[in-house]
Amino acid sequence: MTLNLENLNPKLYRKCEEREVSKYEEDDDIVDEFDSREVFDLIRNLNDPEHPLTLEELNVIEQKYIEVDNKKNEVQVMFTPTIPHCSMATLIGLSLQVRLLRTLPPRFKIEVKVSPGTHESEHAINKQLADKERVAAALENTSLIQVINQCIDVEE
Amino acid sequence: MGQLELVDTLSGHSGRVWDVSWHPSGTLLSSCGEDKTIRLWGREGTRWALKTILTDGHQRTVRESAWSPCGNYLASASFDATTAIWDRKSGQLECIATLEGHENEVKSVSWSRSGQLLATCSRDKSVWVWEVGEDDEYECAAVINAHTQDVKKVSWHPHVDLLASASYDNTIKLFREDPADNDWSCVATLASHESTVWSLSFDRSGSRLVSCSDDKTIKIWKEYLPGNSEGVVTPGNESVWKCVCTLAGYHGRTIYDVCWCHQTDLIATACGDDAIRIFKEATGSDPNEPIFDLVETVHCAHSQDVNSIQWNPTTPGVLASASDDGLVKIWNFKA
Repeated sequence: MTLNLENLNPKLYRKCEEREVSKYEEDDDIVDEFDSREVFDLIRNLNDPEHPLTLEELNVIEQKYIEVDNKKNEVQVMFTPTIPHCSMATLIGLSLQVRLLRTLPPRFKIEVKVSPGTHESEHAINKQLADKERVAAALENTSLIQVINQCIDVEE
Repeated sequence: MGQLELVDTLSGHSGRVWDVSWHPSGTLLSSCGEDKTIRLWGREGTRWALKTILTDGHQRTVRESAWSPCGNYLASASFDATTAIWDRKSGQLECIATLEGHENEVKSVSWSRSGQLLATCSRDKSVWVWEVGEDDEYECAAVINAHTQDVKKVSWHPHVDLLASASYDNTIKLFREDPADNDWSCVATLASHESTVWSLSFDRSGSRLVSCSDDKTIKIWKEYLPGNSEGVVTPGNESVWKCVCTLAGYHGRTIYDVCWCHQTDLIATACGDDAIRIFKEATGSDPNEPIFDLVETVHCAHSQDVNSIQWNPTTPGVLASASDDGLVKIWNFKA
């Protein structure tokens, strides 16, 4: 972890309430499709690479920027870097991808993107995150996967 | 219209399968992937069975494998930055050489028609040409730094020593050796795709090629020789390759591979939307503005992204595919 923080004083946001689990959801006989709240719960507690804070607390991810299409098996997550020149943006995007790859069923096509207009290198970061070959190669890099594992080390 | 029928499903790889490659005889298929192995499958009657697993060649993902035109050698490109050469003359495949030099992941490998040249490309943005000497010695003949990004695919022309490469920089480039000084240089840049070009394939004449991209289109490119009757200007007396057809609106996601059959002239695509599609040129279509029709779509051909597709070189209509779902499938297309 770097000691020279890029964003010394990040703005903090209030966490959302825990989800109430309804009786309906506990009924195993009812098919319960994935929704944006469920996907949000999978990633809200990911750690920021720089600060001892979660991506939710830094407002990097929000439920309203998550789209789930169960028919097309698509999950799209848009994240907002805390500052427009954040050098950690690709790492955050990769962490989100790894977390979702490991927790969602393999039928899902997972897209992780920078929210439009929130980063100077938005296009380059999005292209890299969408290239599954480069993502696969990055995930074979042992030092990088260690850093990612620290980011996604969340309590279940 | 036609029909693509599933002939066999080959399981055994653990994790994503990146590539399939037919032996020139059409009776043997190699597959490779994330599990660092290369598997060889042979025909037994109507079924396909596992023949050999090559496990000790690479430390990381094996991205692609390719048979030499004589069928005696297999080359494998790996994320471990090396390319291995396997010899099957003794009956079993033995690793006889490891080609090193790329700075990081090797993405693709291809043999020239004569088998005397081998090309590799890498995320380090370079394309390397290797000369195959006597006694299985491989010597680097050129390091070409023409692309500005990750190079995804290299493929030799079917008849002459012309090399094509496809890149993350959205372009395709063609390279040839200058006989005057033995220098390899870029003789054409094919720009039209709006995102990563993942793969390309020449037609049987070698005067056209098809490319596929992250922009969800495939494009047909045609060579215009110096002095062509169409009046296409050819600066420096070099052929000009023009995009003469773009097939848009057929693919739902990134197209990872494309193969132009040299027996049937059919084009097959492998797509991130799990489908396999087959295109056929309309009879009597204008060579300068050709028309290609979609003749078959198999939705859910695999349960995840289709990464690789290749027509059998000897049996018309037979097709092999590889997917993120860990499977290799053999298909038969009936027109």
